Amino acid sequence: MSDRIRKKLAILADAAKYDVSCSSSGSNRKNTNKGLGDSSASGICHTYTEDGRCVSLLKILLTNHCIYDCAFCVSRKSNDVQRAAFTVEEVVDLTMNFYRRNYIEGLFLSSGIFKNADFTMERLVRIVKKLRLEHKFNGYIHLKTIPGASQELLTEAGLYADRMSINLEMPTEAGLKLLAPDKSHEDVKKPLDFIQNSIVRYKEEKKILRHSPKFVPAGQSTQMVIGATPETDMEIMYSADAYYKNYDLKRVYYSGYIPISYDSRMPIIGSQPPLLRENRLYQTDWLMRFYGFDVSEILNPKNPHLDIDIDPKLAWALRNMEYFPIDVNTADYKMILRVPGIGVGSAKKIVEARKFGKLRSDQLQRIGISWNRAKHFIRCADSIFQLNSPDAFKVKSSILTKGNSKYLKIPQNQLTLF
Amino acid sequence: MFSDANYQPGVLDEKHDVITDETKAKRVWAGLKKKISPDWQQRFYKAYLSELPESFQHLFDFARYAFDNPDGVETNYGHASVMAISKIAHSVDRERHRMKAFIRFQETADGIFYAPIEPDYNVLPLISVFFKNRYADQQWIIYDVKRKYGLFYDLEKVEEITFDIVSEIQQSGISLPSGTLHQKEELYGLLWNDYFKNTNIPARKNMKLHIQHVPKRYWKYLTEKQP
Repeated sequence: MSDRIRKKLAILADAAKYDVSCSSSGSNRKNTNKGLGDSSASGICHTYTEDGRCVSLLKILLTNHCIYDCAFCVSRKSNDVQRAAFTVEEVVDLTMNFYRRNYIEGLFLSSGIFKNADFTMERLVRIVKKLRLEHKFNGYIHLKTIPGASQELLTEAGLYADRMSINLEMPTEAGLKLLAPDKSHEDVKKPLDFIQNSIVRYKEEKKILRHSPKFVPAGQSTQMVIGATPETDMEIMYSADAYYKNYDLKRVYYSGYIPISYDSRMPIIGSQPPLLRENRLYQTDWLMRFYGFDVSEILNPKNPHLDIDIDPKLAWALRNMEYFPIDVNTADYKMILRVPGIGVGSAKKIVEARKFGKLRSDQLQRIGISWNRAKHFIRCADSIFQLNSPDAFKVKSSILTKGNSKYLKIPQNQLTLF
Repeated sequence: MFSDANYQPGVLDEKHDVITDETKAKRVWAGLKKKISPDWQQRFYKAYLSELPESFQHLFDFARYAFDNPDGVETNYGHASVMAISKIAHSVDRERHRMKAFIRFQETADGIFYAPIEPDYNVLPLISVFFKNRYADQQWIIYDVKRKYGLFYDLEKVEEITFDIVSEIQQSGISLPSGTLHQKEELYGLLWNDYFKNTNIPARKNMKLHIQHVPKRYWKYLTEKQP
C-alpha cells in the first residue's frame, strides 16, 4: 500500500515540477470554522529544493495521462514515461496530512487532460470541494484552469480555489503554433477573461452583501516557457505586459526551458537552461510592477534584448544619464526608486528620514542602499561638487570591476551579438 | 548598557547595577506607547526579544530619543538607534517567519503534534497566535530546546510549558523515540522526503541558493533534510 502511493507521488510530483508557480500569497481565507489552516497573506515558503526554488505548495498532477502531444511538455502523449493517476481520496489525504505537519501552505493541483476538458476539470473541482467542505480545509489552493472547460465548472472551481492559473506556454501565438499546433492563445484568453469578470462581479457583490462568497481571492496567474522558441526579450515582455493589463494578472511566470525532448525544433537535451535570461526577465517584471517603469522604457525596437552583463535597471539608467545625478534630499520618490542600487524599502526610508535633516552618505549606507552602484547616480549632503555629469561608459566599467555577478561562474549558452 | 549575562567589566568602567522594577518598567512602557506608533511598539518589543547584547543600549537610546522629541521621530532612519532597532527588529521578524516555515510537527501516539525548535532569537511569543489560528483542530506543542520552554495548544488556548523530565525530549535531533510516534507518522515523513526529491530539477541545481534559503543550522529539525 505505502509503496504504491510513494510511486504515484514520485511520478506525479516529477511531472508537475515544470510549472514554476509556487506562490501562496495574496489570499485571506480565515480559519473561522475551527477547521484546519488559514492563508497567510504574505505566503510562506516551507523549504527550498536543491535547485534553490521555493516549496510552498504540494504541487502535483492528478494524472499525467494526456490526450495532447505538445512538444515542450514532459507528459505529452508520445513521450515514453511512466503514467499514474491519484484518486480523489489520495490527494485529499496527502494534502491534509502534509498540512498538519506544517510541510506546506496548501495544494497546487494540475492535471494532464484525460478524455476531455470537462471530465478533467470536474475531477479537480471534486477534490477542492471535498477539502473545503468535508475536511474544513482553509489552506491555500491553487487550481489549474483546464482550457475548454465549461463556465459552470470554472465558476464552481473559483468558489473553492484561492488562485487559478492557465498557462500561455509560449510567449507568442506563432511560437505556440510551432510546438503545439492543437493549442492557441485564444483558448487561454477566454477562460482568463471569464474568471477575471467573475472576480470583479463577486467583489462588487461583496461591497453590498458582506457574506457573499470569495471568488479566486488571490487572483490569476500564467506562465510562459522561455528559450524553447526564438522570441526576443521584447516580444516576451510586451506579451506579459499585455496580459497583466488586460486580465489584471497577479503574476506572469517565466520558465527557462529545460530540454526534455529530442525534437529538432527545440534546444537539445543536455543544453544549459537559460537561467540568466530568466533572471533578467523577472527583474524586468519587477521593474514594471513595483518600480513604476513602463515596459517600453526597458525594451523597445532599439533595445529588443536585455543586457546579459548588467541588470535592466542599471541598463536603463546608463542609457538615460541625462536624468542623473539626482539629489536624494529633494528628488521625487518616483525618481529615487529609479536609481540603481536603491530598492523600494530604502527609497521609502530615505523619504521618511530626510524630513529630519539632509542625509549624508554614511546615513544612506546605513539605511542599506547598495552604495557602490548608487553613488554614481546620486548627490547627498556631503557629496563633493562635480562639474561634469557622470559618463555612462566609465560608470559601467567601474561597477562591473567592483561587483562580481553570481552568474559569471555558470556557463552561458547565450552569446551577446555585439 | 548590557544584560547581566553579557556584562564584561572594563578597566576604567564604573559599574552601575540596574535592577528591574516592574512598576517603573510598566510606567516607561505606557509612556513610550503614547509616543510611538503601534508598528514601532512592535519593533521595540521584537528588538528586545533578539536578546542581542548591543540591543539594550539601542533600546535605551531610542526610548530617550523618542521621549525627548516631538511625536513621530521614530521614522528618522538617519538616527543611529532608530536604524539599529529597525534592523534588529527586521532580523527577529525574519526568524519569526522562518519558524512559521521550518517548524515540522510529528504526530505522537496520543495524537499531539510535536515540534522541537532552536530559533536564533526568542520568537515563540511572536508565533503563538499564528499557530493557534492555523492548527485550531489539532493539539500541538512547539518546544524551544535552547531556551527550555514551549507552547502547548489544547484545542482551547495556548499555554507556556516547561518539561520537568528533560529526557522526555531528545535533545539531539528531530525524531522522537519510534514507540511514541503515531503509526502513520513514518509514512508521511517518507512521502514528504519523496516529494522534496522529486520536485527538484537537477538541471537547475544551485546549492548556494539552496543553502542561502535554508541555512544549515536549521537542517537538524527539517524532516526533508534527515538522511
